Amino acid sequence: MEGFLSDIFIAPFVSMWEYPVFLVEVLVGGLLVGVMYSLVALGFVLIFKASGVFNFAQGAMVLFAALFFAGFLEAGMPVWLALGASAVVMVALAIVTERVVLRPLVNQPPIVLFMATIGLTFFLDGFGQMIWGSDIKVIDIGIPKEPLEIHGVLINSFDIVAGVTAGLLVAGLALFFHYTKIGRALRAVADDHQAALSVGIPLQSIWVIVWSVAGLVALVAGIMWGSSLGVQFSLALVALKALPVLILGGFTSIPGAIVGGLIIGASEKIGEVYWGPALGGAIEDWHAYMIAMVFLLFRPQGLFGEKIIERV
Amino acid sequence: MRVCGRVLTLATVAAACLLAEPAPSLAVDSQFVGLMPYRTGPYAPNGIPFADGVADYLQLINVRDGGINGVPISTEECDTSYNTDRGVECYERLKNKGATGSAAFIPLSTGITYALIERAAVDKVPLLTTGYGRTAGGDGRVFPYVFTLPDSYWSGADVAITYVAQQMGGFDKLKGKKIAFVYHDSPYGKEPIPVFEALAAKYGFQLSNFPVAHPGLEQKAVWLRIGRQLRPDWTIMWGWGVMNSTAIKEAAAVGYNMEHFLGVWWSGAEPDVIPAGDAAKGYKALAFHAPGADFKVIQDVEKFLYAAGKGTGDKNNVGTVLYNRGIFNSVVLVEAIRNAMNKFGNKPMTGEQIQWGFENLDMTSEKLASLGLAGFMQPFKITCADHEASVPVRVQQWDGKQWTFVSDWIQPDRSLIRPMIEAAAEQYAKEKNITPRDCK
Amino acid sequence: MFYREAGQFKVSYAADQAIFPIRQDQIGMAMILAVAYVVMPVAGSEYWLETIMIPFLVFSLAAIGLNILTGYAGQLSLGTGAFMACGAFAAYKLTTAFPDLNIIVALLLSGVAAAAVGIVFGLPSLRIKGFYLAVATLAAQFFLIWLFAKVPWFTNYSASGVISAPPRAVVGELYVTGVHATPQARYLFCLTLVAVLALLAKNMVRSSIGRQWMAIRDMDIAAEIIGIRPLRTKLSAFAISSFYCGVAGALWAFFYTGTVEPGAFDINRSFQILYMIIIGGLGSILGAFLGAGFIVLLPIVLSRLPLMLGLPISTATISHIEVMVFGTLIVFFLIVEPHGLARLWRIFKEKLRLWPFPY
Repeated sequence: MEGFLSDIFIAPFVSMWEYPVFLVEVLVGGLLVGVMYSLVALGFVLIFKASGVFNFAQGAMVLFAALFFAGFLEAGMPVWLALGASAVVMVALAIVTERVVLRPLVNQPPIVLFMATIGLTFFLDGFGQMIWGSDIKVIDIGIPKEPLEIHGVLINSFDIVAGVTAGLLVAGLALFFHYTKIGRALRAVADDHQAALSVGIPLQSIWVIVWSVAGLVALVAGIMWGSSLGVQFSLALVALKALPVLILGGFTSIPGAIVGGLIIGASEKIGEVYWGPALGGAIEDWHAYMIAMVFLLFRPQGLFGEKIIERV
Repeated sequence: MRVCGRVLTLATVAAACLLAEPAPSLAVDSQFVGLMPYRTGPYAPNGIPFADGVADYLQLINVRDGGINGVPISTEECDTSYNTDRGVECYERLKNKGATGSAAFIPLSTGITYALIERAAVDKVPLLTTGYGRTAGGDGRVFPYVFTLPDSYWSGADVAITYVAQQMGGFDKLKGKKIAFVYHDSPYGKEPIPVFEALAAKYGFQLSNFPVAHPGLEQKAVWLRIGRQLRPDWTIMWGWGVMNSTAIKEAAAVGYNMEHFLGVWWSGAEPDVIPAGDAAKGYKALAFHAPGADFKVIQDVEKFLYAAGKGTGDKNNVGTVLYNRGIFNSVVLVEAIRNAMNKFGNKPMTGEQIQWGFENLDMTSEKLASLGLAGFMQPFKITCADHEASVPVRVQQWDGKQWTFVSDWIQPDRSLIRPMIEAAAEQYAKEKNITPRDCK
Repeated sequence: MFYREAGQFKVSYAADQAIFPIRQDQIGMAMILAVAYVVMPVAGSEYWLETIMIPFLVFSLAAIGLNILTGYAGQLSLGTGAFMACGAFAAYKLTTAFPDLNIIVALLLSGVAAAAVGIVFGLPSLRIKGFYLAVATLAAQFFLIWLFAKVPWFTNYSASGVISAPPRAVVGELYVTGVHATPQARYLFCLTLVAVLALLAKNMVRSSIGRQWMAIRDMDIAAEIIGIRPLRTKLSAFAISSFYCGVAGALWAFFYTGTVEPGAFDINRSFQILYMIIIGGLGSILGAFLGAGFIVLLPIVLSRLPLMLGLPISTATISHIEVMVFGTLIVFFLIVEPHGLARLWRIFKEKLRLWPFPY
């Protein structure tokens, strides 16, 4: 028992103090993984913000986009063309989803819409794999993968590329939301559907735009995750890694998704490396949710979520 | 009413589907083999080539030889998606089909195998679990219907350590060395731990365990600990599916030396290394059979099936590691059925008769050669008590394009493993109130 | 025409408050029970009993459990699988540690164990709401599954971490678990247990505690103001829901697959049960059964359909189409009736009342 307590409360800190370089490596690795989680969480946030739908299909959309991109590449298309073609597919998907799934379910309780996106998940999983097969596909668009050593700290160059991509994406989305007309309309819809409608913002085309943007985010996430893991069914499961990021950051905040990703990524890796051995390992899965839950106990709306005001 | 009508129609169609037995397309005098592959789900990239191999060889027997001893084989596939409850459903669906019920089952999933062991014993259907499943199943006295041939995880674990010792220059060199064990955190990955622990105690090396949660998408923390903190002399892996390629990639990302990274036979196929690209060069894995298409039986498959457009899957998979393992499974199954027919007559065999066929299986080098498998693997023999046989295992290495053997055949240490298997089987028998068969 | 309550007079409060106040419903229920108790065991094949009826009953029980929590008390939970796992592992520990313990007692006690765990993980619900709570229950889901996989005590130190049901009898030599149990015995045991627990649940949601749950669901601040204690109400919902899920988990392990690894109760199981209550109808005991039937039967039907029609489709394509159609049907049913099959059934009954007249 004493040994166990020391493994929990003393040994990890001693080890951190003694090998600071390793601590930095774990921290940097964790932060960069967190950015990859944010990429997926971002898609959830966009849709929840604009339509109040908890889009469970985001993970499936990542897989779907990656399957099409990899399939187009295999068919011999150059990278830019494959990118464009998959973007068209994702926009088409957004239009069809709005028509077939969302429009008939307008004004239904959130849980019904949530369930509908689960239905969509199944459909996308089956459809994507039926077209492109379940064999593993490789995406290689020339992202470097060699480990780099900077002042004795080992960093994977692929992770840096992923981090930069995510950063650019978030900056782009922030600019889009703040400085374009459509962005302003999106924010208005997010604030209040009815008020937005009454000043003449077309709700349905806004939804198509939001789902398209989420589809494009899924495409970027799919390419990043796909070139790191290979494109196959398991890619859809990254959604589960994005969920704690989402609650931690708040369902409605784009910066929240990024900050949440960084916190979850770093604490997950530090937890696994320093406390994992004492607890028997593989603690990453629940560890992230526990952290998110502890945060929620203090801020029930997530770090950056809008304050929940309840009235009778 | 319209909606209600539609719903009612759907319900009627559904009920009709469930109640009606499928059209009896199976010839009455054919040997039925129920297959339960997984061509979908998280492990599909590994499940597909295996399933193709199994199906292709059975098809080849029909096309080339006109069946086993003249009795044609009929098959039906039921996709499990690597889901245990779906596997049970498939088993129940297929077990009584055909003239005599399914000949045997090949679940290719440790979870499904565990769920079927008791059922198979009651229904008297052999379970063929080649190199996976319940290790204790090698004791035929307690598990008459389970066949873990040609090797169990425990044999694999022993061979892995033997190979590491060979590379270091002897078992005495293992003392004080560090070996990391990375495993899929499921019954599959946990099975070999007792043997590794026993060997660690015997040779004095330091064993560190690194579980990876299903499905294994995220291994950065594990590999930072292995590659940057522990820095082991060797790393051994028990992985499956996406976990394998991710592990190889993360290992390369922390600069781990691939030459000292050894996977079990389920971590050494093409889908495991190709996604990792150049990073996988030098990665090693155990194998109890050879990869490649340089065998007469594979060439027959290409000639009789794929050239005639009758192949099951993608031609590119033919000759890959898991495809060949599928072929091996079917070969063993067909020979067991043939054995049974030679004793009981040339008609569809029951599971009980095929169990006899399995227990009297003697795959000599001549027999392997006559089946078109010369040099494919080492000969083995199954008996009433020994359902495992522990054939010698080799180490293969990925050179960026293909797998090549880099070691000799290594014989698992039966004097160490067999008593452990018997002890585990005995414990099982005690829990379940089973009286072991007498095998004399 | 077929379904008219004209002439049926209620002469006592008890008659008016009955679960099935209309005679046609009583007859219908009696017929369903007769089919379930007599026709099924006699006429049903082993395949039917083992792979359709038993999982259907187990899922129904779990769906009732989740429906109490989500449908009646309004607390969205994605931790159902974990609570089922609690029940399964508790039942295993109880039956192996006390071999003389009757299986019924063991099952109920394992439900109690799951309820205790449910209360602990229900505590955050006092502060966290809606989808945020759902993700917080995921913490329970992942943590508990990890715990059962990691602590060897739960599996009696088996190397692989798999538990399997020891043979147990209800009375004398009447085995209901293990290899000697006939499918009929297993099925009838599950059926009886599920029927009794379902009746209990039906009465619970009609009583004061059920009304408290619904008040909390509809608006918890308002409920608090009229004197309903949120702490006690929410935690009782978590406890009772987990009790049902726990018993369902134990039944799953002991009566259906016979062997389980913690992975059998992973996140997908939780989602599956959530689909059942949404498709079946939130806040309805009947809905739990309808939803369970739908989700259990649909994939089996879909996977057999092409074979039945003799279509030459490869196994992989069948599986993909099956998944696609499954997803499409979920969306279809939600659009047709967002309140689930139970509501559809109610509308259908209303139509039957008027038939053949249009009004």
